[in-house]
Amino acid sequence: MKSFIAFLKKEWQAQLRTGRLMILGCLFAVLGIMNPAIAKMTPWLLGTLADTLSESGLAVTAVTVDAMTSWTQFFKNIPMGLLVFLLLESSIFTEEYQSGTLVLTLTKGFERYKVVLSKSVMLLLLWTACLWSCFAITYGYNAFFWDNTAARSLVFSAACWWLLGVWGILLSVLLSTIARANTGVLVGTGAVFVGVYVISLFPKARRFSPLMLADSPSLLSGAAAASSYRLSIVVTVLSGAAFAFLGIAMLNRKQL
Amino acid sequence: MTSNSDKKMLHITNLKKRFGEKEVLKNLELSVPEHSIFGFIGKNGAGKTTTMKIILGLLQPDDGAVYVAGTRVTYGQSASNHFVGYLPDVPEFYPFMTAPEYLTFCGEITGMPRSEIAQYSRELLELVGLGGETHRIKGFSRGMKQRLGIAQALLNRPRLLICDEPTSALDPVGRKEILDILSSVRAHTTVLFSTHILSDVERICTDAAFLKDGVVSIQGTLADIKAAYRSKEYRIELELESDIPALINTFGHCKKLEKNQVTLRDDGNALYDVLQYITARKIPIQKIERMEPSLEDLFMEVVEK
Repeated sequence: MKSFIAFLKKEWQAQLRTGRLMILGCLFAVLGIMNPAIAKMTPWLLGTLADTLSESGLAVTAVTVDAMTSWTQFFKNIPMGLLVFLLLESSIFTEEYQSGTLVLTLTKGFERYKVVLSKSVMLLLLWTACLWSCFAITYGYNAFFWDNTAARSLVFSAACWWLLGVWGILLSVLLSTIARANTGVLVGTGAVFVGVYVISLFPKARRFSPLMLADSPSLLSGAAAASSYRLSIVVTVLSGAAFAFLGIAMLNRKQL
Repeated sequence: MTSNSDKKMLHITNLKKRFGEKEVLKNLELSVPEHSIFGFIGKNGAGKTTTMKIILGLLQPDDGAVYVAGTRVTYGQSASNHFVGYLPDVPEFYPFMTAPEYLTFCGEITGMPRSEIAQYSRELLELVGLGGETHRIKGFSRGMKQRLGIAQALLNRPRLLICDEPTSALDPVGRKEILDILSSVRAHTTVLFSTHILSDVERICTDAAFLKDGVVSIQGTLADIKAAYRSKEYRIELELESDIPALINTFGHCKKLEKNQVTLRDDGNALYDVLQYITARKIPIQKIERMEPSLEDLFMEVVEK
């Protein structure tokens, strides 16, 4: 346990001192502020564009914004946040293979499974902090300007995105134990997301797909019940756990 | 041939490793005596690094067994790594850490008590000349990284220290510093040290092995190796240079070395015949000596042959 904590502490130092933590912190804070800001600015923006739009035959009527507008923006921005997160952290393993730093650690008797676990824990903690701080910022501004009760299943919708992020991170960890360069990790992660998206296009497969967790608008508007996400959650949790176990097995076999 | 100690810190039997079509190690047998500084010599690509990676459990052998202090090495997660220190040829560290932070990290992952880590790290950093160094590693020179590499390799008080060409990229001053440090740890640690710089081996090693075509062609103490491959060449130094031409004319296998010196290869009775010739003519002699082979001569004879 002591060695695991030491490695986790090293991962934290890496995030802090290489500037990745600052970039992610700023990004998600800005996203959190942008959601209510964009909602708040929408009437003014449309007002300034009214003349141009009327020339095109579009009439701008009174625009009403509420917390729902801001939350819709939140769920539009989270995919971008997740994408940047995965891009930024895609080299967390591969830079250690390429530089040889992991070899020195492993030749001291440090167990390989702890490498996978500590890096995964660090990424999951970061993702959790990023997503929920963004959520908290948006929630605070929305509560100040409007009423958050306009959006239904708010925490559940955000939790679905958090779970999808966890799944994406564990997938990227698995691919990191296989690929030697971060381009392999990124291409692999992208390919799996695209593959799952294509599968999700089939109505029968959709309810099993982890990507169903990204369907926040249906939850917010009340068009879908939380219970209809049950199968998707089960598949996401089981496949995420499988990615973690496979990642450990792959690193155990990897020649460094 | 055996060293002064019969205890083996490292024992390798029947080790085989192939990369695709290339057979890098073929039935490699190697024994490293405890408390020796063991030079592992071979040309580039001879299989030295492959052997070391197998000893460290980083590569899976196709066949054979490796024992470190009696513990069998297993691929992937070797228990023997707890008492092995490793210095790669180009050690790389986390650039965002300082040297004391890196040693603390190494101590913590090896399970050393916190108080011991702090004290021993300081001692080791002093030993390698990095005491008081508080800058981040990203600004370190090659030599500084090599010295930090030795400190991290010695931190867990290893019984076996494996160094992969530790001096190959250093200037003469840096090389001397590293060799001095390696010599100084012999009392507590066995050092296995791969290199193709033979003067380094002659300077600090007690034992050596020559690796050629995936097998160990000679191994033993340096003295034993030199004795076994003692040259049959003699150097004869006469008092007068004017006696040299007649000697060379009479004995075709005598070769002029310097002004009043000739070398003679003693195959059969050549030395006896020459001595008889000199004695019969009362030619004054200054010196006759057997020429000691250098490690480089041995390397050329055994590995390059």
